[in-house]
Amino acid sequence: MRIVCPFCGERELGEFTYLGDAKPARPAAGASEDDVFDYVYLRDNIAGAMSEHWYHAGGCRAWLKVTRNTLTHEISSVEPAAGVGAAKVGA
Amino acid sequence: MVSHAQSHRLESGGLIDRSAPLNFRFDGKTFAGFQGDTLASALIANGVKLVGRSFKYHRPRGILTSGSEEPNALVELRTGARREPNTKATTTELYDGLEAASQNRWPSLRHDLMAVNQLFSPIFVAGFYYKTFMWPAKFWEAIYEPAIRRAAGLGRAAGVADPDHYDKAWAYCDVLIAGSGPAGLGAALAAGRSGARVILCEEDFALGGRLLADGGTIDGMPAAEWISGTLAELATLPDVGIMSRTTLFGVYDGGTYGAIERVNDHLPSPPEHQVRQRLWRIVAKRCVVAAGAIERPIVFAGNDTPGVMMASAVRTYVARYAATPTRRIALFTNNEDGWRTVETALGAGLQIAAVVDARPDVSAAHRALAGKTGFPVLNGSVSGVDGGKDGVRKILVALAGGARAEVEADGLAVSGGWNPAVGLTSYHRGRPKWQDDISAFVPDGAPPGMVAAGAANGAFGLGACLRQGFAAGAAAAQSAGHNGNTGTPPVADDEAFLLTPLWHVAGKGKAFVDYQHDVTASDIELAQREGFESVEHLKRYTTLGMATDQGKTSNVAGLAIMAAVSGKSIPETGTTIYRPPYLPVAIGAFAGHHRDENFHATRLTPSHHWAAEQGAVFVDTGLWKRAQWYPRAGEKDWLESVTREVKAVRSGVGFCDVSTLGKIDVHGPDAGAFLDRVYINTFSNLAVGKARYGLMLREDGMVYDDGTTSRLAEDHYFLTTTTAKAGPVMQHLEFCRQVLFPELDVQLTSVSDQWAQFSVAGPSARALLKQLVEESEDLSNEGFPFMGARQVALRGGIRARLFRISFSGEMAFEISVPARFGNALVRNLMLAGKQFGATPYGTEALGVMRIEKGHVAGPELNGTTTAADLGLAKMMSTKKDFIGRVMAGREALAAADRQVVVGIKPTDKTRRLRSGAHVIPKGEIPGSANDQGYVTSVCFSPTLDQWIGLALVERGRERIGEIVHAHDPLRGESYDVELCNPVFYDPDGGRQRG
Repeated sequence: MRIVCPFCGERELGEFTYLGDAKPARPAAGASEDDVFDYVYLRDNIAGAMSEHWYHAGGCRAWLKVTRNTLTHEISSVEPAAGVGAAKVGA
Repeated sequence: MVSHAQSHRLESGGLIDRSAPLNFRFDGKTFAGFQGDTLASALIANGVKLVGRSFKYHRPRGILTSGSEEPNALVELRTGARREPNTKATTTELYDGLEAASQNRWPSLRHDLMAVNQLFSPIFVAGFYYKTFMWPAKFWEAIYEPAIRRAAGLGRAAGVADPDHYDKAWAYCDVLIAGSGPAGLGAALAAGRSGARVILCEEDFALGGRLLADGGTIDGMPAAEWISGTLAELATLPDVGIMSRTTLFGVYDGGTYGAIERVNDHLPSPPEHQVRQRLWRIVAKRCVVAAGAIERPIVFAGNDTPGVMMASAVRTYVARYAATPTRRIALFTNNEDGWRTVETALGAGLQIAAVVDARPDVSAAHRALAGKTGFPVLNGSVSGVDGGKDGVRKILVALAGGARAEVEADGLAVSGGWNPAVGLTSYHRGRPKWQDDISAFVPDGAPPGMVAAGAANGAFGLGACLRQGFAAGAAAAQSAGHNGNTGTPPVADDEAFLLTPLWHVAGKGKAFVDYQHDVTASDIELAQREGFESVEHLKRYTTLGMATDQGKTSNVAGLAIMAAVSGKSIPETGTTIYRPPYLPVAIGAFAGHHRDENFHATRLTPSHHWAAEQGAVFVDTGLWKRAQWYPRAGEKDWLESVTREVKAVRSGVGFCDVSTLGKIDVHGPDAGAFLDRVYINTFSNLAVGKARYGLMLREDGMVYDDGTTSRLAEDHYFLTTTTAKAGPVMQHLEFCRQVLFPELDVQLTSVSDQWAQFSVAGPSARALLKQLVEESEDLSNEGFPFMGARQVALRGGIRARLFRISFSGEMAFEISVPARFGNALVRNLMLAGKQFGATPYGTEALGVMRIEKGHVAGPELNGTTTAADLGLAKMMSTKKDFIGRVMAGREALAAADRQVVVGIKPTDKTRRLRSGAHVIPKGEIPGSANDQGYVTSVCFSPTLDQWIGLALVERGRERIGEIVHAHDPLRGESYDVELCNPVFYDPDGGRQRG
């Protein structure tokens, strides 16, 4: 598999580390135990397009949000996970 | 050595170099061949028909094919450490001095005692093992399986380390082409002319595919001339690479392909400094599969008799190698292509015994040829073979009208049609689709960017192969962005194929579907009767297609027979899932250079070479080599050395390389706020010039890592991690920074390799360091108190970071210098420390002192402990959010009966402790119901002069003073220990602050 890192270009799978589902958002401080439990443990098992976190460990150390089809491994988009933070880096 | 004459070699012709004779040995006998031969063609040229015994029944077997699909002619190639089992004679290039041995026979190939298995063949049917070796269950591993493996099986592995080297390499191209037949060369021409970067892989050592045997006329010239013209043109194109002896074996995601290049397999051993094989990972924008097709056998009784050979293989041996497998040959075909063998055989002066054609409508031209030459054309099927280990004697024919006939022949060429090589196109779960006119599966659902052309795509005519290949090459180049002029495509006529499907002829005797696994037509019928009708069940129940050849000659026939007996069509029956590799690939090639000491990278500490000079014993810690202890002359064991090192630290001063700790610089106005969120304790209020111990949790509330973090400036912290978690913590912190808290203005820099760090510990540590720092540096307790951290100037102008932190419990410093000065620093510590008796200590002494101080480390930070379990609950801030805070508050993680860290000492002071022992209440019978925890860390404490340890024990801290039982069933030990305060040494910490 190959991932097009927005900072480094197309790179081979071995440079990346997989984390998992990028959808759950960390609850804000003061969230209930149930909300945090959901965030930590509950995951959808998606057959199809899934947004995932990948880390470019062997490259620029960017965390990436990769949209991958779990049935075909086709990657439809790669963007910096950080959003605002990444924009700042680029500026 | 006297070579036998090449009795079956034609006087002239063939693509062999008669000026380069080669000697080789097969089963101890010496033979001769020529450069350009394969082992199979050389054996045939010498009249050898019997080359092996079959897997299950030990039936005599000959050479069936001339390619990599060969199921029978497997040999042990080479000797000694280079002996390689299950090597195909059909693809093994002959070299001078080659040694090969037949397999699976005892005591010899001609007289194999295990052939007695044939007498029991009625019981060795599919599922025999499942049905027979059921009882008693424990007999399977001890008796049945070893006995079966001895009787069956194929070749023997060398049993010693492979002496050769293997390489791994990457390549990139626009268009990757598999195969150098007419379709592959056509594709290369078109793609190359358009300007694309092209790589063409051909598994053979010669280029041309079937053209090498079948010839033909292309662009008005003989095929051989066209091939050399084409190769000459390709050589002039700027970016066309041709890799012969290279098999494309796998397709992976994102246009990545696996190929194995047999760099030096055609030599007795690789030349010095060269690899034997090279594993290629090729990244290609487009791929044209021109891998051709595989001729398929017809299943009839005795179809495995030596001398029965695929019709195309007969042509290859005769035309390409000038070797005649037979003198009087019969042909059994169900298609027009099979007839080409008659023409080739006649051209070489062989006798045609008969042609058995399953089709009623043989062309007038063929009949005329038969009449002119004088051989009969029988409309019917071969129903049996009279023969044995010496070959074929007679062919039994069931004529279409019901009558029987016999044909005297010493060889039988068989053509049941052709199966496109659909492996590569099906590796992404593409299911090939059935094409009626050729009665074969053709590629469908190929991976993105891949297309099949020519015979691999079901187009068998020469003209069609050239057209499809050229068009596919042009289209692939274009979609990869190359639009150059592709010129005119090569042109040739198309031959007729005209096939009437025929899979299985009923008859008396064993009719083999899968030659290599000895699966017969009746095994498939049995599987159907017993309910194993799905192709995936059929495969596993009968082992059809599961041998090293992966059923290249057998799968389609097998499922056609299943379709017939279950009353379904072949497409309804379907195919099993195709998986790479296309051919067996040596594990050594996948490993490449990553073996033995190069299995993984080795990291050396800055003081490594100095430590080696000191005679240090090293221990592997992840990738690191760390000094474990420094033995001195006269010391009888490690314990004596370690004990001396600990005493030296506690009474004077010692030093230890701790550079393996992960080190991260945290910069930015929000650095403190960031650390507050990742640590359970607070760092934003840490004063500049101070260090603090920090603990991190995972989001699930368990302890993740610990370490000391110092504040070197308002906006600059220096964070350390454990050695094991250096990488993972960096990744975790980057996740926190980039994903969880992108609003914080903070940057992380891994500086683990930039700083050499040493612990200098003991009452004389300050005096020693004073020798190294500038005189102006105040290291007094007031000027540099416990948990102080700041930059200092060393004599000679080097800037260092100095931390007054202690893992040993003694007055101690850790000093960091740029890594390139680490070697100089350790030598200066030794030199300047001489007057104080400074002693280098290793990881063992480090561990002893941390246990004496009750500090937790890896065995306690094991991923299942909470901060409270480690006795560090008070560090958890209640005033802020941090990673893991909410989950750490879960009921079970805060339960009163959790196993927590406590000290232990044996009641018998002379007893040695072992980690791993279970803690059982005194007087109770050991068992899981009474298990209250286990011993995590132990050491001999020189300070207390006895063994001590740390343990995780249920309610441990409430039970100080209680005597419990340590039960160690692994070592058969059982003894009493006392639960105690885990801080064995200097519990109020006066020494480290002093």
